[in-house]
Amino acid sequence: MTRFESNDDSVVVIVGSGAGGGTLGNELAQKGVKVVMLEAGPRNEIQDFVNDEWESFTQLAWTDMRVASGSWRVAQDFPNLPAWIVKSVGGSTVHWAGASLRFEEHEFKIASVYGAVKGANLLDWPITKADLDPWYDRAEAKLGVTRTNNIPGLPGNNNFKVMEAGARKLGYKEVSTGRMAINSEPRDGRGMCQQIGFCFQGCKSGAKWSTLYTEIPQGEATGNLEVRPNSHVARIEHDRTGKVTAVVYFDETGAMQRQKARIVCVAGNSLESPRLLLNSASIMFPDGLANSSGQVGRNYMRHMTGSVYAAFEKPVHMYRGTTMAGIIRDEARHDPSRGFHGGYEMETISIGLPFMAAFLDPGAWGRSFTSALETYPRMAGMWLIGEDMPQDTNRVTLDPDAKDKHGLPVANVHYDDHPNDIAMRNHAYRQGAAIYEAVGATVTYPTTPYPSTHNMGTNRMSAKARDGVVNRFGQTHDIKNLFVSDGSQFTSGAACNPTLTIVALAIRQADHIAGAMQRRDI
Amino acid sequence: MRTVDPRERFSRRFLLKGMAAAVPAAAIATSTELSVSEAWAEGGALASSTMKTLVKVARDIYPHDFLGDLYYVNAVKPWNDKAAVDPAVKTMLEDGVRRLDADAQQRHGVQYANVGWEAQRVKLLHDIEKTDFFKRIRSDLVVSLYNQHELWKRFGYEGASAEKGGYINRGFADIDWLPKA
Repeated sequence: MTRFESNDDSVVVIVGSGAGGGTLGNELAQKGVKVVMLEAGPRNEIQDFVNDEWESFTQLAWTDMRVASGSWRVAQDFPNLPAWIVKSVGGSTVHWAGASLRFEEHEFKIASVYGAVKGANLLDWPITKADLDPWYDRAEAKLGVTRTNNIPGLPGNNNFKVMEAGARKLGYKEVSTGRMAINSEPRDGRGMCQQIGFCFQGCKSGAKWSTLYTEIPQGEATGNLEVRPNSHVARIEHDRTGKVTAVVYFDETGAMQRQKARIVCVAGNSLESPRLLLNSASIMFPDGLANSSGQVGRNYMRHMTGSVYAAFEKPVHMYRGTTMAGIIRDEARHDPSRGFHGGYEMETISIGLPFMAAFLDPGAWGRSFTSALETYPRMAGMWLIGEDMPQDTNRVTLDPDAKDKHGLPVANVHYDDHPNDIAMRNHAYRQGAAIYEAVGATVTYPTTPYPSTHNMGTNRMSAKARDGVVNRFGQTHDIKNLFVSDGSQFTSGAACNPTLTIVALAIRQADHIAGAMQRRDI
Repeated sequence: MRTVDPRERFSRRFLLKGMAAAVPAAAIATSTELSVSEAWAEGGALASSTMKTLVKVARDIYPHDFLGDLYYVNAVKPWNDKAAVDPAVKTMLEDGVRRLDADAQQRHGVQYANVGWEAQRVKLLHDIEKTDFFKRIRSDLVVSLYNQHELWKRFGYEGASAEKGGYINRGFADIDWLPKA
């Protein structure tokens, strides 16, 4: 394995190894750029994954201290778990469900299309769908997305068949097993989906794309990529000219290390990336790095989410097979006549009995709760995912009190639902329930949002430096050799799962960085 | 379609976990339906009456009539160990149970565990819902009860599947009662 010297100032340091960081690292390594990738979590491989929800949670989830605040119910139910994301090599590509959808054209220009929305802080992306489409093409080919590149769709499981039958009865047309980064046939050295379930616990067959066993080993094979697990980055340092020069991190023994860098790319997700920039405040940058706009940490988005579970007279066994086994896209359109801006998708979801007990109605107890749980084998379930409104005050800040084990201030994640989010969620709850009732549901359970899995915004992309943190290539407006490479770049959240867009942006950014390095621009 | 047989064969280890060593292992190893001796509640930091009340509270919080007491015993037993190493936990539990018993005495003239109807006991629990005692018992229980692999099949949940080859040949798409789409 390649090892770069800590005083080698020719390397690109990437903080994070997920969809953004992992992809960027491999793309740069393939182009001959030397990369040091720092990952806060350990390196769990496929053989380490366990089909057991709580045990897997302990193994993979980011459970370091965080604080949630605001009027969202997650702050009440899970005050120290605002997000369910992964702290392990591969980041959240280890536990993502695999849904790989492109933004729609209008979702790149919501300020223009939606107009002024009271209380929201809408902005158009500095790029369009046409700009990103060629990179989406490359991302889909890389991930092996079903229903693209002549790759067949996955077969539908029981959970999907229930949702599909109800959707057809309601007249929905765009119903399928979706575009998934899960092999429906062997591809890219990985086998086909075995319908194991437990997609959230790490794919035991490797059929689902994760940077852990695709991008990262491919990058390492070039000799240009070194991954350092258990490396928690504390701050980024800069010189007198304001260029970043090094990254300071705690290694697995807790010892402080300093890795010099020509370029630093931050890809720790939308909670840790702004936290790192804020924790890197200095005399020259008293409000944190790249924060002359005051926008670092702001416009945090997490999608309008919720779930609908329904019980039937007869068994479903929804947990068998892929977790996100299919999708309804008819409500994803922008159609303000429904009483809200933007749209939402309905995607199947299933969780095992232990998580169902914890998440069906957090805090609930007594017979109405236990009778719902007893319907478990007869349940079908869907997840609702829609565009939420970026708001200035929905933001990640450094908590004034809480510190992590290294003594670093932790992220305080503040979120208030916008009236648009609430109107959309209520619409989605009604439609979800109607779908299941159309095929005989005896009861439906509108289920409150889980801790956030889709974390976006907080270092948003903007044409003008005063409106956001990074430019069209994810390069910070303030510091030429500092980049943001994850979903925190998102200017809007769209009605779809974010990973494909994060990957497309990372491939594009790698091209930009390698070109700029070659031209000696950076 | 392939359904799940809710009958579970218990491992000896699981049975022993919930029972005190005072119970002859041979007596339980042969039993198929479980009758839990009260001996499990003896020993440890907490009085046996406290442990028994906690089991009753656990069942009243998450009542599943098809589950024997053993599952609830296993779910609350770790509190006895926590109380042994942390005096604050011991006090929290003892005070919580004392309060419940006092409320029950006042309203029904008996201790909590002897209040006759579940609905009456649930009313008593609602009165303490905001207390640290109740919140900690409930939030611990939602994991310690439902994370017992031994009860998953009772709920029609099959648990781990990777080592069985997933569900690709085991009924992932075997639903047979839906109307034709």
